[in-house]
Parts: sequence; structure tokens; C-alpha cells
Amino acid sequence: MAEGVMDIDDSSFEAEVLQSEKPVLVDFWAPWCGPCKAIGPAIEELAGTFGNKIKFTKCNVDDNPLSPGKYGVRAIPTLIFFKEGKDVEQITGMVAKSKLEDAINKIL
Amino acid sequence: MKNVDYDIVIIGGGPAGLTAGLYAARARLNVILVEKLAPGGQVLVTDRVENYPGFPDGISGFELVQKMTEQAKQFDLVIENNEVLSMDLSDQVKTVRLSDKTITAHAIVIATGASPRKLGIPGEDVFFGKGVSSCATCDGPFYRDRVVAAVGGGDTAVQESIFLTKFAKKVYLIHRRDELRATGILRERALANDKIEFLWDSVLTGIQGLTNVEKITVKNVKSGDTKSLAADGCFIWIGIRPNADFLGDLVRRDEFGFVVVNSNMETSVPGVFAAGDVRVTPLRQIVTAVGDAGIAAFSAEHYIESL
Repeated sequence: MAEGVMDIDDSSFEAEVLQSEKPVLVDFWAPWCGPCKAIGPAIEELAGTFGNKIKFTKCNVDDNPLSPGKYGVRAIPTLIFFKEGKDVEQITGMVAKSKLEDAINKIL
Repeated sequence: MKNVDYDIVIIGGGPAGLTAGLYAARARLNVILVEKLAPGGQVLVTDRVENYPGFPDGISGFELVQKMTEQAKQFDLVIENNEVLSMDLSDQVKTVRLSDKTITAHAIVIATGASPRKLGIPGEDVFFGKGVSSCATCDGPFYRDRVVAAVGGGDTAVQESIFLTKFAKKVYLIHRRDELRATGILRERALANDKIEFLWDSVLTGIQGLTNVEKITVKNVKSGDTKSLAADGCFIWIGIRPNADFLGDLVRRDEFGFVVVNSNMETSVPGVFAAGDVRVTPLRQIVTAVGDAGIAAFSAEHYIESL
């Protein structure tokens, strides 16, 4: 997929998300989810703008059931912001890019 | 003719908006389509569209929208990710206020569609994304071998409940009447599906759980009896409401908020047209949305020529 959004899985979740020095956005998605694919471009654009301040990642819930299970993800797309290993903000469903920007600015 | 930024501003990027865009772009009008989220609208959450002609094996909603977008872009339709905050339609030149600028146009096509309606019961908002959903395509696979409830009796409720049985071991279909309103083939499939348990004459009155949905409360409207059922998820398909709040009373709308148009898709304001699910119409389908949109674009073109 696009540069700037890193694929993560259950085995790398701890190191890449929970141990990250920068805040992390995890986009929980799956290939069968239309809205997930539809918001993909917006997230890639945001990664281009905020990539130096926030680590943008995506986690395929089909291949990695543990991480979404741990955070109670029952719907996708779900975006969770992590700061110092803690989940601080969660957004479910299709939202406007401006809403995501607002959430990012709040985290920073 | 007065100077404007665009001939036509199309608001909304579902099948209606994309089709109006296709027609206007092919007519070589100066047109912009404004979409708040991403092109697609409600079709995006449809797993398989099997009543849109030309795709005998069916097609996923996402794929269909992608093809429509691609087709419109081939004729140089400009699609902008932006939100319409308000409009001034009192002059011949229409003014559209977006989140970061104001644009003017001769004509407007409103194609903002509709959204799933809520029940307004306790637990519905709290558990949204935590078991409460209106998108089986998105969230169905989380319910493998689990028990889910679905509410509704129309096409969407029935089709999506059948889809849920691919994953869930049991689907309670809660419907306030004693028969389904859905179209014949869907009714047949649902009634023959032994994973679906029908709760007739019943309404959902509450959703409970700790962090995720665990239980639901269902009331029989005939007997008045209330019972609690264990369920891991709850899908709500009880109809739609128009995405038209931003219109206020700029154009005439019916008691439910849908935009009133004539057979030329003209609203109560000259130069303002509406197409698809947002308008008053007996049927809300992709085929009707694209049909409306062709007429709306055609009418808009004629309106502009007449100025």
C-alpha cells in the first residue's frame, strides 16, 4: 500500500504501537470492508501531512485477531490513537477527513 | 449570463451524484462534485449488489462505486473532498459556502442521499461500534459463531440478516409486524434460512452490556411481554432519514425531510435540482438514483441554457 502507513500485525503491535515514542494511529481494517477502503486515501493524505509527528499504521483484522480483540474492536473501520502505550481516542465508522484532523490536533 | 465559478455544483458523491457528474461533464459543463466523506455513500456498505443491471454475477458496492467514479473522472469530473455548510439560493447566482471557501454556480444538484435511522433506545449510542452497527459487510465477520440480533423487516434488514448468517450461529430478526416487507426473493431466502429466528410483532427496547453488547431487551407489541436475550451484536435497519439538515427551509421538503421535486427533478427553487435517496420517491435504489441523476443533469443543462 501507500508509503507513510505501516502495516503492523499481532506480533509487531507491542513494539510498533505500545512502545512507540511518537503517538500512533492504528487503522483497523479488512479487505472486505468497503468503508475501510473508502477512507484509505484520506488516511494516506494525513500520513503525508502529519507523518513526522504521528506514526500511521494499519492492522488487518482478518489476519490479526488478537490486537482488535484486546481493544474491543467490533466494527471497522475503527481508528485508535495510542499515546505512551495507552489508547486515548477511538473513532468508528466513516468520518470526514476534517474530523480526523481535529482528532490528530487534539492528540498532538 | 452572470459570472460564476461553476455551471453546476453537485452535492454528494453516491451513485446519484456521480451520475449527475458524468452527464454534466460529458455535456462539457463546468461542474464540481463536493463530497464530505469519500465517493460512494450507502452503497459502500453493501456486500453484493445484485439488482443493478449489467452485472449478472453481482458486484460489491465498493467496486461499483469505484467504477462509477472512474467513469466520471474519464470525462474530467472534478471531485472535491469538502463539506457544504450552507447555501444562499435567493439570487439567480447560487452561493455555496464550503468549509474553507465560498463558490458560486448557476445550478445546484442535491444528491446527498440518506443515512440509517436510529431507534433512539437506551444503549444504541453508547454501544455504537461496540456491538451496535448498521453495516453487516463491515462488522459481520466479528460475529463468527456468535449470536446477533437484527431489527427491521425491509429489504436491507432481510438481505443483511441473511448475510450475517454466513458468520453468526444465530440471527434473531426482530420485526414489529407479523410479516416481512422485503421483496419476494429475499423473503423466501430468509424464511428458508434455519439460522434466522424470527421475533414477530416485536420491538427492541434496550441494549445492555459492560463494555460490549451482551444482552438485548425485546418487547412483544401484541402481548406486551418483555424478554431479555443474550446477543453479542445488534444490527439496526429500520429505514433511513435524508441527509438534508443543511438545507433547512431553502427548498420545499416533505414531513420526513425529503426534498420535493417534479418529474424534471426540479425543486421549489429554480436552478436547484435533487436526485436519488434525498428526494421524495417511492423507491430508493441504485437504479432509481442514477435515473434521477440523468434527468437532473439534463434539466440543469437546459436551465443554464435558458439563462
